[in-house]
Amino acid sequence: MRTWTLGIAGALAAATLATAAIAQEAFRTVRPPTDPYPSTYTVPTAAPVIIRGATVIDGEGGEFASTDVLIADGKIAAVGQALPPPAGAQEIDGRGKFVTPGIIDAHSHLGVYPSPGIQASSDGNEATQPNTAEVWAEHSVWPQDPGFSRAVAGGITTLHVLPGSANLFGGRGVTLHPVLGARTVQSMKVPGAPYTLKMACGENPSRVYGGRNSSPATGMGNVAGWRQSFAKAQEYDRKWKEYWRKAARFEPKEDEPKGFFRAKAKDKKGAGDPPVAPDRDLEMETLAAVLNGEILVQWHCYRADEMATALDIAKEFGFRVAAFHHAVESYKIGDLLARDQTCSAMWADWWGFKLEAYDGIRENIPFVHARGACAIVHSDSEVGIQRLNQEAAKALADGRRAGLQISRADAWRWLSLNPATAIGISDRTGSLKVGKAGDVVVWSADPLSSYAVAERVFINGAQMYERGQVVAPPSDFELGQSFRERAR
Amino acid sequence: MKAAINAIAAALVMAAVCPAAAETVLVRGGRVVTNTGAVLDKGDVLFTDSRIVAVGPSIAAPAGARVIDAAGRWVTPGAIAAMSELGLSEISGSGAANDASLASPLISAAAEASRAFDPSASAVAVTRIEGVTRAVIAPAATGTIFSGIGALVALNGAADSVQRDRLFQVLELGETGAERAGGSRAALWPYLEAALKDAREYPARYASGQDGAVLREIDARALKPFALGQGVFLVRTERAADIRELLRFKRANPNLKFVIHGGAEAWLVADELAAAKVPVIVDPMVNLPERMEKLAARLDNAALLERAGVRVIIAPSPGSVDGHQARLAFQLAGNAVANGLPWEAAFKAISQTPAEVFGVGGELGSLAPGKTADVVIWDGDPLDVMSAPVALFIAGVETPLVSRQTRLRDRYNPAARP
Repeated sequence: MRTWTLGIAGALAAATLATAAIAQEAFRTVRPPTDPYPSTYTVPTAAPVIIRGATVIDGEGGEFASTDVLIADGKIAAVGQALPPPAGAQEIDGRGKFVTPGIIDAHSHLGVYPSPGIQASSDGNEATQPNTAEVWAEHSVWPQDPGFSRAVAGGITTLHVLPGSANLFGGRGVTLHPVLGARTVQSMKVPGAPYTLKMACGENPSRVYGGRNSSPATGMGNVAGWRQSFAKAQEYDRKWKEYWRKAARFEPKEDEPKGFFRAKAKDKKGAGDPPVAPDRDLEMETLAAVLNGEILVQWHCYRADEMATALDIAKEFGFRVAAFHHAVESYKIGDLLARDQTCSAMWADWWGFKLEAYDGIRENIPFVHARGACAIVHSDSEVGIQRLNQEAAKALADGRRAGLQISRADAWRWLSLNPATAIGISDRTGSLKVGKAGDVVVWSADPLSSYAVAERVFINGAQMYERGQVVAPPSDFELGQSFRERAR
Repeated sequence: MKAAINAIAAALVMAAVCPAAAETVLVRGGRVVTNTGAVLDKGDVLFTDSRIVAVGPSIAAPAGARVIDAAGRWVTPGAIAAMSELGLSEISGSGAANDASLASPLISAAAEASRAFDPSASAVAVTRIEGVTRAVIAPAATGTIFSGIGALVALNGAADSVQRDRLFQVLELGETGAERAGGSRAALWPYLEAALKDAREYPARYASGQDGAVLREIDARALKPFALGQGVFLVRTERAADIRELLRFKRANPNLKFVIHGGAEAWLVADELAAAKVPVIVDPMVNLPERMEKLAARLDNAALLERAGVRVIIAPSPGSVDGHQARLAFQLAGNAVANGLPWEAAFKAISQTPAEVFGVGGELGSLAPGKTADVVIWDGDPLDVMSAPVALFIAGVETPLVSRQTRLRDRYNPAARP
């Protein structure tokens, strides 16, 4: 084809034109990959499962006595009374038991701060400069962290792993299934879950960097740091968009002649030289994706006043805060959080370990809920993640004692649907709605109690855990430790 | 209107500052956890001033007694938060004063928690209103393997709330201790032996102008009674091999008394611990190999120890002793029950057992005639996270269920301010 073209052009084809033609033909619009480390998670094949006669809490505020739940093809297939059993279904007697959506922890450091927590494994905080939006938590996750197996045993089906909070911009978070025995983090990644960005307010960044006599050293330094970075990101985003706009005119279309004629046609339109892509900046790439709504902001922030300022920053730069994390004072600004549809991921009762946690109260979660804002029970702890149901129970009981009317079915939103919303996966999980993922826990008793334990945990319809049935530790780290050999 | 508000405010101040005087109280018809026998399904508890007078079914109300209807309620002894830094800091981080944190190389064994305890610390009321009436507190000196001297305090907020000072000496004999002894367990035990020798030779050795082999004079002096077997060593250790070494050390030093705090791998040496009569303070939520000395941590540690005959106390692990959450003793105990510990043993593990192990079993930890009237009335099973106290007495004095947190709650309550 090219030979023929040049042949026709003959003597008219000067050497410069030939070069231009080759350059034109080589033109490809540069588009940084948005998913260079794609999920390789696969749903284990499993027979349909039908859980009979349990008390079912659906995660959307509904509670149904003596009800069946059918999970088939990895999804919730039916919830109802006396469901007909499909062929080959595994029947589970759920009488006296409770069935809920799997718990989703919106704030975990499993894998990035694994057990054992020694210097060699401390991979959660890239505390080398206040903006490390370029780092991704998944690149620190150690799939052999023994914490994953403990989390599943606590009814966790999805967890959102974040970098630490030393930095104004800590890096990207990643949403994982606790896949036991996983060899790679890619095989734990929830397919299609959006990326998130961890940001941090308050004492941590100003202490870490102020202590080094660099910025930020104060609350106002924090705000300046975020604003300057977002302003740069706006410019970065503008440059790329301008480049793509120009490049679109040089991008070969399917039905367009290639090579010389095409270049000539463009020349006629006065397009000039093909555009050169801006340099990639991984830090700015993440922030630009925040501005474009592709990456969800997860902002560590304790104090009400600081959260209010953060919401203003989001308005100034045109993005939304998906969730504040820790949010110890969210109960003071439930109205603002409801207005901006920003979730609060909270502990039930942590308080007092630093000044910005001094006003923690036991009713934070129910008060946020009662103001019509999105309340989430989170762990931030390899211990707490094992019993988030108990944390929800404490919050529910304290809310009721304060005079609020909240059902336990409503409270379960704090554990599944609301965290799913905050991390952008509520369309596929977080409640027992037909068609959603078969992420389901069977509890020995009412899970809003100290005594209930998860008896079975299903992720995408496959049983990942059954109490008392774990024969070998899934983590290579724990395999073959001498006490285990002795206990055989 | 304003006058009425002022009157209410004045009443609140009075309630906060001046606890009601002791009185005669009959708590009637509750589910009574005595710790001395079976739980009474429907029992009465009578106390006058600071002492319990009678516990049983159908106690007649003495003339002038205040009668509290506890039908449908649970009635228990107050809990003892068996290990924490409660009252040693108002705020533990943020560069605020924290008396639980002591980094000086000049003093370690001599550090005394009782001298730093603040009965007005917010955490005291925050902990109390969840049903904890007493706390065992420990300092956290870091200069040597001796972290200082612990105390038992009442959580009534009173000026004289230190009940026992110089109750025990904290001794680090795990990874932390090894680090402080120079980086190795191989040096840890010889260091301990040398320190005890320094203490026993106090004051003669120091009076002669000689230094201690490893201890400064101030620490040798503080350590002396413990080195002579007159007090308890609270040993922080986790690994089974380290616990075995401790038991060997105990055999060689039969006059010394030890209580283990931590003991993540204690279940592996449960029989030896039972035989040596060494109690263990365990955290029933520790089930991860979070340090290399805890590879065998498991959720049913408390149940396995109890089954073997070890006296079990439940409290946060050495890494989680920040006093702000000492109130979670009940949740910890409930989780031990979920993992096999009988309910009665779990409740004793946060009340009677710590009272006995720390030498106040004659006064505290159970509901029996003559005991101090630390009485809590609950809206449900106290080991369940859904339950909370509805009334609380410390040494017979009712203490309002108010804290800085409940004030914040009331200020921002959407149920009150729609």
